[in-house]
Amino acid sequence: MTAAETPFEPKIVAFCCRHCAYAAADLAGTSRLAYPPSLNIVELPCTGRVDVLELLRTFEDGVDGLLVAGCLPGRCHYLAGNLHARQRVDYAQRWLEDIGLEGERLRMINLSAAMGAQFAELATEMAETIKGLGPSPLGTRRAAGEIPSIGCAACGDPAPSLAESAHDRGDGR
Amino acid sequence: MIVAKQKPLSELTAMLDGYRNVLAVGCGTCVTVCFAGGVKEVGILASALRMARRLDGQPMSVAETTVQRQCEAEYIAPLAEGLDEFDAILSLGCGVGVQTLAERFPDKRVLPALDTTFMGLPTEQGVWEERCQGCGHCVLDITGGICPVSRCAKQLMNGPCGGSQGGMCEVDSDTPCAWQLIWERLDRQGLADRLLEIQPPRDWSTSRDGGPRRIVRDDLRLPPPEDV
Ligand code: SF4
Ligand code: SF4
Repeated sequence: MTAAETPFEPKIVAFCCRHCAYAAADLAGTSRLAYPPSLNIVELPCTGRVDVLELLRTFEDGVDGLLVAGCLPGRCHYLAGNLHARQRVDYAQRWLEDIGLEGERLRMINLSAAMGAQFAELATEMAETIKGLGPSPLGTRRAAGEIPSIGCAACGDPAPSLAESAHDRGDGR
Repeated sequence: MIVAKQKPLSELTAMLDGYRNVLAVGCGTCVTVCFAGGVKEVGILASALRMARRLDGQPMSVAETTVQRQCEAEYIAPLAEGLDEFDAILSLGCGVGVQTLAERFPDKRVLPALDTTFMGLPTEQGVWEERCQGCGHCVLDITGGICPVSRCAKQLMNGPCGGSQGGMCEVDSDTPCAWQLIWERLDRQGLADRLLEIQPPRDWSTSRDGGPRRIVRDDLRLPPPEDV
């Protein structure tokens, strides 16, 4: 099979609360329930840790889809972390649409630690949604040539500019 | 604090059309605590702008920095170094921050990312309300600590007007009538009779009607160099 024929396997990141969704993903694994292999799980102490900045930067770095998975409403171990996460996901979805990306690429789900089967099901459903949308039109930052071309003319590798390194350092200067 | 909100992304992408390398500058004071232009908001907006421009096929580099206070020359002076490589500065400061940058760096395009809206306070998490319009002659001593200039739609000095209904202002049924609040406050303090004294028309020359305002403190100014 040539590269052109390789079926699109979406890159999906799942921010999972350790008290519920992370354990549910674990349970799905130990129960031998299949969920998309390209799902990258990031364990969080609580989905209340998720910020709009991280959600956007994850898309900027080229994921096709992003799942935020927290406890069932009313069951957050820190009272309202999952509710805050929901508000931020809604807010980030509006940003995505303003930017020109489909809001469905970002989704929040709520689970308990015992819901391994549901985790596998929802993750598969998400992968299907993203397959329907196709790869993120953003690609990766480097591939997009966003970094000014002051790099090596021979190999085409664009060396990071001051602006870029400032961004990467996060302090700007 | 000065309260501001971010401009819509579409307005900013139009404003930044043609620019390739932009420095987004936040401010660590008022606009940080009203979540409009601090480190995090600079990060979110810069990321959104980079993505939007990438999708438009016009990639733009947006570097990020936040100074402690954008409205004083000393705090923004360090930005001078390395500024040459940017073709514009996008300020996430209030209007004063934008103008401080523009005065300090007159050869640079300095563009506003925020709509500076009012001086006010947070009344609950995520909600801010106006409390002062900087009228230049404060009357809070007469009005029980409730400002009729910023909170009464008609800026009355002898209220309420006939439109005050059930404690709410006639211009918006969700906005409390400032003069109802003033009467209740002074009544609670046993001073309501003071409100029977009619206030004369205000001298608005201390406010915007007198043009741009300026405060000079001779005790604080630096002595002329010839005297030093
Ligand atoms: S009376 Fe004037 S100075 Fe006092 S709070 Fe109102 S607008 Fe501000
Ligand atoms: S209803 Fe109250 S706040 Fe509204 S304009 Fe009249 S006096 Fe002012």
